[in-house]
Amino acid sequence: MTVEMTYGEAALVALRQEMARDARVWALGEDLGPEGGLAGQYRGLQEEFGPDRIVDTPISESMIMAAGVGAAVAGTRPVVELRFADFAMCAADEIVNQAAKIRYMFNGQARVPLVARNAMGLRGGIAAQHSQSLEAWWVHIPGLVVIAPATPADNHALLKAAIRCDDPVIYLEHKGLWGVKGPVDPDAAPAEIGKAEVVREGGDLTIVTWSAMRGVCLQAADTLAARGIAAEVIDLRTLWPWDRDAVIASVEKTGRLLVAHEAVRAGGFGGEVVAEIAECCWGSLRAPVRRLGAPRVPVPYSVPLEDAIRVTPAHVAEAAVGMMEGAGSR
Amino acid sequence: MTSSSNQAARVLGMLRTMHTIRAFEEAAAQAWRDGHVRGSVHQYVGQEAIAVGISANLRPTDYVSSNHRGHGHAIAKGADPVAMMKELFGRTGGTCGGKGGSMHVADFSVGMLGANGVVADGATIAVGAGHAIKVMGEDRVAVPYFGDGAINRGPLMEAFNWAKVYRLPVLFVCENNAYAATTRTADVTAGEGFIARAKSFGIEGEAVDGNDVLAVDAAAEHLIARLRRGNGPAYLHATTYRHHGHYAHDKGAYRDPAEVARWRESDPIARCAAWLVSQGVGQSDIDAAESEAQALIARAVSESNAAPWPAVATIYAEVQDLDMEVVGAPR
Repeated sequence: MTVEMTYGEAALVALRQEMARDARVWALGEDLGPEGGLAGQYRGLQEEFGPDRIVDTPISESMIMAAGVGAAVAGTRPVVELRFADFAMCAADEIVNQAAKIRYMFNGQARVPLVARNAMGLRGGIAAQHSQSLEAWWVHIPGLVVIAPATPADNHALLKAAIRCDDPVIYLEHKGLWGVKGPVDPDAAPAEIGKAEVVREGGDLTIVTWSAMRGVCLQAADTLAARGIAAEVIDLRTLWPWDRDAVIASVEKTGRLLVAHEAVRAGGFGGEVVAEIAECCWGSLRAPVRRLGAPRVPVPYSVPLEDAIRVTPAHVAEAAVGMMEGAGSR
Repeated sequence: MTSSSNQAARVLGMLRTMHTIRAFEEAAAQAWRDGHVRGSVHQYVGQEAIAVGISANLRPTDYVSSNHRGHGHAIAKGADPVAMMKELFGRTGGTCGGKGGSMHVADFSVGMLGANGVVADGATIAVGAGHAIKVMGEDRVAVPYFGDGAINRGPLMEAFNWAKVYRLPVLFVCENNAYAATTRTADVTAGEGFIARAKSFGIEGEAVDGNDVLAVDAAAEHLIARLRRGNGPAYLHATTYRHHGHYAHDKGAYRDPAEVARWRESDPIARCAAWLVSQGVGQSDIDAAESEAQALIARAVSESNAAPWPAVATIYAEVQDLDMEVVGAPR
């Protein structure tokens, strides 16, 4: 039985379900109670579960994260709200040196079952310190699981999975998606972490993407279809572990791989995906692999400047056409 | 009479643990010089009374967290010195299977949440464990040990504030050995000092002679009892000194030899033994505490030398649960 709800509401439903199901689940962060979170994703939960399980905290990112780490090794399952991906940098030590390392360096004596929610991406007009997409930083750290849901249904099923995961999860909701509506089955089981979704099938080229770029790539696929090009669009959903098998299966069919993400292209996770495929699927490739991402500049404020760093459906379509027709194809 | 002889027996036990820590540290440094232990070995020699006096008032279910100088904290909380030595040797049977080494000895089965290589991070994690105690409604306390160097890290100030705001059962224990690595902490610390910082957050704070195990024991007894009554966090400032340098390869040349000599005369083990003599405890019992500790550590070293190296395949164990296909192993 599916219900239409927003991406933000879907996360609220998931957290409420997990808190009702497991008394060890609690949430902490700034402005969760009265404000209900930046997008209402905690609305009403403090009234329902009390201030000891929906904890309003001081602006102390290091301690917010460390409280999550310490409480996770001591038997609870905290959901740590860091508000903006940019602010997760204030807690980077606790994430990288503690949460990601504890299970390994103590050889499994403790697990760190926490979810660090830090919304990524462009919302429009909030400039350099509130708009970044930093998923590649987290993917680079052994020990972390990295999830970036693109739809309301995924923000429900993947958040449930993240809360039940016994390892630390960096959970990257996209600020531009909070109000996007879609069908959600509130009774859906937790999604499988590490499983991509083939959103649209096609035989001519594979477009791999995640988060808000899923919608951009689907628009591009419509444009391409009108020009007789059948694009297969894969939403990775989980960036670590990523569904390498799904991408390989698609590229073996299409022979062409384009990865599109909102993050800065240089050093972005797209580089890892194309490199892996170039290494293992060289014989299947009929054109050079391609990446699309933002130029290596901070996110600017003014409308035309910000627009200039966005990867648009036109960019994706243009790149795809180039791969079908351009030099280097075979 | 009975009560005082009970106390003497209890303190004799503390002496034995202090000897175990000291023997462990001297053996670890020797093994480092011999090339059996790699990296950094931060010795707790001279500071033993603090962890031992605190742990005498803790239960197995209570938590402690530690810093880079963590061997003493672990032994005092009940970790097995043999498994710890194997860890320093990087061998099978080590507390962390050879993945942690000296700076990450840990024994969660006795509530020892790990030595920690990032200054002040053990303290913030212990506050988090204290928050879990509150969320779960448990009867435990959490004790983070940190050095004077941590007092100038921002996260510790966040931790003080946090523990007080949420009234968590946390006893902050600062081991002030006067040096942050090789820098005199007093030279780089503004304001009225350590206790004033804790008190500025409304945390009860007191100072103790950290080389007097009886004084540490007494302070810990009433402060931890206060925690168990639900009165929120407390801060104990223990003044002490390390006999050796910051780590095994530091000769400590930045310290005045007269200062070092003065502190060595205030050795916590000698002071504890002298007190026991004054209470009529026989010299043979006091000597036995030392010889038993040395025998245990000698066995730890010989077992560590004999223990097999871990299998290389274990580098992939305990990273995370999911999909090892994409870990990036050479293939």
